[in-house]
Amino acid sequence: MDAPDPSTGSYYVSDDFYAALVEDFSGWQTPDRAITDAALRESCAQFLAEEARLLDSDRLDDWLALFVPECIYWVPGTRDGDPRREIAIAFDDRRRLEDRIFRLRTGEAWSQRPRSRTTRMVSNIELFSTPDPEIAMVRSNFLTVEFRDGETRIWSGWNGHRLRDMTTRWKILVKQVNLIDYDQNLRNPSIVL
Amino acid sequence: MTGLRSIDGVASGPAWDYDKLVFEDRVHRILYTDPRIFDEEMTKIFGAVWVYLGHESQIPAPNDFVATRMGRRPLILVRDSEGVLRALYNRCTHRGSTVCREARGSAKSFQCGYHGWTFLNSGKLNGVPWPDGYADNFEDEKFNLAQVPRVESYRGFVFGTLNLDAPSLADYLGGVAGPLDEWLDRHPGGKVVVCEANRLKFKGNWKLLYDNSADGYHVVFSHRSLLAMENRFDEDGDKGMAFYKSSPDNAPMYVRYFGNGHHFKDKRPNVEDRPGALWEIEGPHPGMEHFEASLRQRLGDRADLALDLASSEPVNINVFPNLHILGNHIQVSTPVSVDETDTTWYGTAVVDETGELEGTVDAVNALRMRTQESFPNFGEVDDLVNFEQIQVGFQAEEDEWVYMHRGLGIPDRFEVDDDGVITGPPTDEVFMREHMKAWKRLMMAEPRIAISRTV
Repeated sequence: MDAPDPSTGSYYVSDDFYAALVEDFSGWQTPDRAITDAALRESCAQFLAEEARLLDSDRLDDWLALFVPECIYWVPGTRDGDPRREIAIAFDDRRRLEDRIFRLRTGEAWSQRPRSRTTRMVSNIELFSTPDPEIAMVRSNFLTVEFRDGETRIWSGWNGHRLRDMTTRWKILVKQVNLIDYDQNLRNPSIVL
Repeated sequence: MTGLRSIDGVASGPAWDYDKLVFEDRVHRILYTDPRIFDEEMTKIFGAVWVYLGHESQIPAPNDFVATRMGRRPLILVRDSEGVLRALYNRCTHRGSTVCREARGSAKSFQCGYHGWTFLNSGKLNGVPWPDGYADNFEDEKFNLAQVPRVESYRGFVFGTLNLDAPSLADYLGGVAGPLDEWLDRHPGGKVVVCEANRLKFKGNWKLLYDNSADGYHVVFSHRSLLAMENRFDEDGDKGMAFYKSSPDNAPMYVRYFGNGHHFKDKRPNVEDRPGALWEIEGPHPGMEHFEASLRQRLGDRADLALDLASSEPVNINVFPNLHILGNHIQVSTPVSVDETDTTWYGTAVVDETGELEGTVDAVNALRMRTQESFPNFGEVDDLVNFEQIQVGFQAEEDEWVYMHRGLGIPDRFEVDDDGVITGPPTDEVFMREHMKAWKRLMMAEPRIAISRTV
């Protein structure tokens, strides 16, 4: 039997998947796991710059193509919480991420009409190893300037990317967006962060 | 009429002649734009009626507290060391600084960061640094923290009022307690616990949100993108709020007005009354196929009941002025200024103390968290921008009136029962007209506002 298509059926977001996700995103930024290889760090920095450019240019399909099929886009509303017991600012599997992009494209998502323009700065990139030699965790700071409907404002925080296939071409397994104001009331959080 | 408040605790006369601003079919734009009216509302609405302050599950144990607001007043909602629910003013009795700067926690006492005055969580002053520098007797209750004199809970929902003449909470809620009870009683043990929240804000007056809260007219327009998204695999599909799509007034849902500004849009009649019917209209959510299969395997015929608990309950229960129960959310709106409002969508989780769900409650909640994220992400953001755009439109000051007359003057449109409860078609603005009448009565009244202090 073919594996189910995660764009149409969400079979992979299981209890085991959640448990592994919480484990993968716990205590990973430790000195003993730091990756110092300059070439890897450079390729990772280029990859994050490409991701930012695709989002800033509204190339959302190309952005989505950076993810593995069974991916997660996660904007937690707490620090170190468990998404099985808490609602998140966003917790998208592949299908919901495609939903999110579909909705923005209808032209009738009033929160994005007019659409936002963004400029993303990504810096302070650090790589950390995982028990799987094909997978790295990457921490980066972001500063996203959003202009919409006559106003300019800032989103900031740090991203935790879980990336695969570092020897060939990076793919995103999980993107976790940690806003500095995650516990505050947010105005119109309708852009992809 | 000056709009100034007297200092003996009694609100002054109205800032405006509200008979000239609120009519049966329309209200004046300045209700939403005038800072003087907003200031007056903070006393005559957000001081004088029962205002929702928080949920008991946020402070389950003695000494637990959560920061909240009553209008603009900063409060600490505590369960004190004796277990008594109190809404303390977060305001040092010395010079006025806040004494608690944490959003939540557990504390037997609160110490002001400015001069170190310390208060027990009953509000009583526990000590001041170097008291020999004062001639006062600090046993005088005037030095204890102010608190909301009347705090009551209705099945876990904690409300407070400063109005000594307000009816009991049960009388204030009146008929809206019926839908609240039904909403709670669909859960094991008749209760939920509050979990994390989708916290949002908008640059608009708080009443724009309240006016929208039972509005069945806006749904297919404001939420067109959400409806399209939920049904993108089958555009003739029946997912989510698709029952609004053709002719909502011919659907069996209705809107109901209970008095005191409370109303209820009941969409449950659109859904078949059988286990599994709610789950069947859920749009796509993360994990739904996996958890459905797993729950069916574990629970067999009883899986539909569990899946319905993970599904959104199709109701909008609105308790004036700041509490909305919709889907599985407890939505709270908090005015910040005349043109800024916080709206916090607390998620709720199922608890299963009696084993009704046969050990599957964690799976139900894992699904229920994802179903709850959908509307704030893909629906509410559009509503809030529409409210902001109303606030922009209201800057056109010569165009004065805001109409809420849909259904008005059409014969046999409404049913009114012996208790005065009004029921009408779901797109009618009758609920809006009625809560505006309640608003006007409150704004023209002279409530007896008071604080108390522990003795």
